[in-house]
Amino acid sequence: MKPNPHTVKDELLSALPKKSARKRAEQIVVNERRPDGSVPEIKANVRTTPGAITQRGCTYAGCKGVVIGPTRDILSITHGPIGCGFYSWLTRRNQTRPEGPEDANYIPYCLSTDMQDEQIVFGGEKKLRAAIEEAYELFHPKAIAIFSTCPVGLIGDDVHAVARDMKEKLGINVFGFSCEGYKGVSQSAGHHIANNQLFKHVVGTNETPRPEKFKINLLGEYNIGGDAFVIEDLFERCGITLVSTFSGNSTYDAFANSHMADLNAVMCHRSINYVAEMMEKKFGIPWIKVNFVGAEGTAKSLRHIAQYFNDAELSERVEKVISDEMTDVLKTQFAVRARCEGKTAMLFVGGSRAHHYQTLFAEMGMKTVAAGYEFGHRDDYEGRRVLPTVKVDADSRNIEELHVTPDDTRYLPRRGPDELVQLEAAGLDVAGYQGMMPEMEEGALVIDDLYHFEMERLLDIYKPDIFCAGVKEKYAVQKAGIPCKQLHSYDYGGPYAGFRGAINFYNEIDRMVNTRIWQYVQAPWETEEELEVEEIAS
Amino acid sequence: MIAIEPLAATRNACKLCAPLGACLALRGVAGAVPFLHGSQGCATYIRRYLISHFREPVDIAVSGFSEATTVFGGGDNLRSGLNNLARQYHPELIGIATTCLPETIGEDVGHLLHDFHPEGDVPFRTVHVSTPSYRGTHVDGFHATVKALVEQLAQGGPVRGHINVFPGMVSPADLRYLKEVFADFGLEATLLPDYSETLDGPQLEEYQNIPAGGTPVESLRAMGRARVSLEMGRTMADAGTAAVSLESKFGVARRKLGWPVGVLESDRFFAALSELAGRPIPEKHAKERGRLVDSYVDAHKYVFGRRAVVFGEEDLVVGLTAFLAEIGVQPVLCASGGESGRLEEAVKAVAGDAVDGIVVKEGMDFATMGEMARGLAPDFLIGSSKGYSVARELDLPLIRVGFPIHDRIGGQRILHLGYRGAQQLFDAVTNTLIERAQERSPVGYSYQ
Ligand code: SF4
Ligand code: SF4
Repeated sequence: MKPNPHTVKDELLSALPKKSARKRAEQIVVNERRPDGSVPEIKANVRTTPGAITQRGCTYAGCKGVVIGPTRDILSITHGPIGCGFYSWLTRRNQTRPEGPEDANYIPYCLSTDMQDEQIVFGGEKKLRAAIEEAYELFHPKAIAIFSTCPVGLIGDDVHAVARDMKEKLGINVFGFSCEGYKGVSQSAGHHIANNQLFKHVVGTNETPRPEKFKINLLGEYNIGGDAFVIEDLFERCGITLVSTFSGNSTYDAFANSHMADLNAVMCHRSINYVAEMMEKKFGIPWIKVNFVGAEGTAKSLRHIAQYFNDAELSERVEKVISDEMTDVLKTQFAVRARCEGKTAMLFVGGSRAHHYQTLFAEMGMKTVAAGYEFGHRDDYEGRRVLPTVKVDADSRNIEELHVTPDDTRYLPRRGPDELVQLEAAGLDVAGYQGMMPEMEEGALVIDDLYHFEMERLLDIYKPDIFCAGVKEKYAVQKAGIPCKQLHSYDYGGPYAGFRGAINFYNEIDRMVNTRIWQYVQAPWETEEELEVEEIAS
Repeated sequence: MIAIEPLAATRNACKLCAPLGACLALRGVAGAVPFLHGSQGCATYIRRYLISHFREPVDIAVSGFSEATTVFGGGDNLRSGLNNLARQYHPELIGIATTCLPETIGEDVGHLLHDFHPEGDVPFRTVHVSTPSYRGTHVDGFHATVKALVEQLAQGGPVRGHINVFPGMVSPADLRYLKEVFADFGLEATLLPDYSETLDGPQLEEYQNIPAGGTPVESLRAMGRARVSLEMGRTMADAGTAAVSLESKFGVARRKLGWPVGVLESDRFFAALSELAGRPIPEKHAKERGRLVDSYVDAHKYVFGRRAVVFGEEDLVVGLTAFLAEIGVQPVLCASGGESGRLEEAVKAVAGDAVDGIVVKEGMDFATMGEMARGLAPDFLIGSSKGYSVARELDLPLIRVGFPIHDRIGGQRILHLGYRGAQQLFDAVTNTLIERAQERSPVGYSYQ
């Protein structure tokens, strides 16, 4: 029987003390459209209740780990005690492909100032300077990025002053990030800080002109499991030039040159919309939301890019690529549907993935019964139309909003106002994002920042056929007898983007939801009655 | 001797941070949930690292500092956090460890807890430990937590016949093995911590949010009445440990033993147990020893004269050095990210004839290890999976032991201790070397 989402909500709230429950209630929403067709309001991007076990990480993780980390030739130095740096030491998650053996790739390195008592007491700037000079001597990088962790803000080290000095002294670009973990409520604050500093210190610093015709940046694609490689390949076959990707398989020079593109295509709206907005304001580059997760989304995104450039030859090439790819996609879809149709999924992950991956499940005939973001904001749930009504709390106020104005010499609107109107009329949503909830089913449960004990209850009540989250949830979910697909690291699988990625995903999910492994849980000598007795006894 | 300039930055650290050790230890107490007082991100990172090694749920709650908390202190967050957690999980005990943040602002958690009265109707105890990572590694956090548990829970009283065992940061398989050995000797032993079940549990019909297993709080309380404490690990300090505290507070005798890795260290360990139990070594274990030595003889030709880089937690490094030296492998570099100041002495005490060829390095990071290893011509590396990048760079096999092991399954099931553990280590080392030789051979032989 289908659970009643309202009853489920009440049950989840009953485990919290009254005061916390009242606040929490606004973050658990049943997706029931209002008479005017709009989705209900959800509270998001607010502090996690103390004592909860949350999926969320910290500001530092969002800044260093997510946005800057995947860039192979910016040398990252974590300023702080050892743990923060160690835990964000990148591994397989972000793949990168240096062009030649001499090209720099610092991803396998994790440099930390490894603060000790002495620095906590007397300040850490001296050690930081030494670490930067030494890193320069060892690697001669083009750029060095410094990331502050929690204690740094408290002891008052000025990483920006150190960065300025070092930039002058070494003659390379050195910039700092005040991304102390406590600054925001989740990784999201770190994304914003990373966007700001990239924009201030890197974007637009390389004026090499790009002669190509269809030039774009891909924003918010981090190349998990090789996703960016798949997308790069699609662009190449379509004849679309990728100037830069923020920041999967990316380089410092590409960032610096990214203002030469004529369109920004935004994948993960949450983590990178700031750069898109700022580039629009300063250089006049419009942005559109794309989604290369799911075959349908991929096709639509490619068509939208073609539509933007309004070129018959490009459109033709795009259509050719789509039709070439769709044959295999449909074949696999057909095969897996026979076994997966009607099964249910839950997605609690990230700031865009919980939305994007629903489309892949839909393509397999599977239903998403509950979903939520780990660090999304209201606009990621309800769409950007709610932006004017989003409340700014103390935590958000903490994060600097850059004041961006058109560049004196380089501001060049790529599309005039009339052209933009035409594009909108033709169905291209420029600078728009509709959010996750409008695409979800009526009555689905939407929960922001899912707490661990809520997850346990959801699994028990809904018994979904698959649960998507990260490694922190994985083994708890599987102990409950439900397969868990990691959508942060892909369980070292993937790629899942593009058409080929979709096929991978269908097959992977098919394998997981139809596995026979759970049959073995009950040993042959354990009869049903025995189990019942055990349960009663415990 | 290779001179390496000390660098300002740590490059690819060979140590983790203190609260991780605290959470691990707390996972080994029955009905306990670890709670970090500090920033949310630390808890998330630490969960991720522990979970990826054990492949088991590891729930860690956190008080979650904001900018305002750093100014006004975390008392409110701590109190409401404890109440919320208790309501959701009904823990018997909440173990509170601090991250660097409250330590930096000098928050006195003991004081905050003193005035704390749980809101709900379910009582729970708290234990707290200070774990600043700018003053020690995950191993220090682990030992500090074990000590805090004992200091805050153990009670005195008439002496009972049981013994206390502080095994150190061993694997769940090691803990299960130790329990078996003590039982075979007829010794009633309280192991602290004991995450043999909680971090290597079965697939269940019904999910438990606090997994069964762990040292019962009752047994922990009775630790003040044991007849002796066995403290395992040659690099353990002689002050400020759980066993030292029990000794000074309740007069429980303390006995320090090395980790029983390899035949010789296991012999010492079994001799000590035999003496404590007043019985000979049980036949089962004597036979395991016999088989182990037999295999040493059989495979001596494959391992003798080979050279190894050993790295990881200090006590593990000491144990592995003892083992490698006795099978004829020359440990050329014995390295740890820890800085107890006792590694060198401990390594030398167990290295036998191999002692002269060993470079011992505390406070090591992997980049330095790679640079040093280059000049030492090793045949293989033995340690955690974090050494993989060095192994790959040097094109050498890496034998995975200890913690963390993130790129293979089964880290929690690796047995390092006793004759049985030595057997597994020996087979792994030998087969790795044979496999290398076979792979490099121009002849695709399968029978030699
Ligand atoms: S701040 Fe301290 S406790 Fe937190 S992750 Fe960093 S080193 Fe570990
Ligand atoms: S100390 Fe701060 S920056 Fe470091 S992991 Fe913890 S929350 Fe993040």
